[in-house]
Amino acid sequence: MNDKLTIGGREFNSRLFVGTGKFRSNTEMASAIEASGTEMVTLAMKRVDMANPADDMLAHVRRPGIQLLPNTSGVRNAKEAVLAAQLAREAFGTDFIKLEIHPDPKYLLPDPIETLKATEELARMGFKVLPYIQADPVLCKLLEEAGTAAVMPLAAPIGTNKGLVTRDLIEIIIEQSCVPVVVDAGLGAPSHAAEAMELGADAVLVNTAIAVAGNPAAMAQAFAKAVEAGRQAYLAGLGAVSRHAEASSPLTSFLD
Amino acid sequence: MQIYINREAVEVNPKLNLAEILELQGIGLQGIAVAISNKVVPRAAWATTYLAEGANVTVVSAVCGG
Repeated sequence: MNDKLTIGGREFNSRLFVGTGKFRSNTEMASAIEASGTEMVTLAMKRVDMANPADDMLAHVRRPGIQLLPNTSGVRNAKEAVLAAQLAREAFGTDFIKLEIHPDPKYLLPDPIETLKATEELARMGFKVLPYIQADPVLCKLLEEAGTAAVMPLAAPIGTNKGLVTRDLIEIIIEQSCVPVVVDAGLGAPSHAAEAMELGADAVLVNTAIAVAGNPAAMAQAFAKAVEAGRQAYLAGLGAVSRHAEASSPLTSFLD
Repeated sequence: MQIYINREAVEVNPKLNLAEILELQGIGLQGIAVAISNKVVPRAAWATTYLAEGANVTVVSAVCGG
């Protein structure tokens, strides 16, 4: 069955996107990326350290079949985000940009107003914008009008591993969305990823849960299976939830 | 003349273009992007871009992140 995901004109076989933060080493990160089967990998940018200009991070993620998804982490408003996106396009040769504007360092919650402004401008400039946002169904529709390539509502704050705290709102977003919905942030276990996919999410983005696992490559594979299982269950059509028992065996007595 | 690269003062020969200056600083030209006074300089223009005294150059590269 052809069940490919299309974002920004590019097709993806895997619905698991992987972040590259927090791994203990670049080698561990590379094995986890491979084990996950992902075709979309995030990365961030920093000012080159003049005392130590070489960093081989990029060599570990630039692989055939992998779309780089640079993020704008560190920016505080739309203006800075637009500059960051332009730098990313220049550095990595891609129009894909994970737009994240989270000025508050404690909860890293995204600023919806600046995110919307930046999306409008970046979409006009031809970027494929994937904004990291609160699970806000109204904002999602506004982003759609602004030309976003996808929406990435958070399941829970970044790095918390809490799972689908925003489940009810994500359900509404999925029901209404005309662009792919990628559940991002807070998914701490493969079961959380499966849950998001069962709801009908188009993909999930996982970083911390894989990176900090005892065995990141094995965890990446576990997430990949969960995403596939969740997707298959969604397509198969889940049974309705009932308040009362519904017998699955005949209840007629056959003994006298 | 003196310019600033990532906020650090650097002494450079004004006859050198941007690409040559970056290379002299040991910055590999792949996987980076450059802005002067917060304006991105396209890669294709590096070899024909000359800096003014006190120019503020930002050079970014990839780092791990989610």
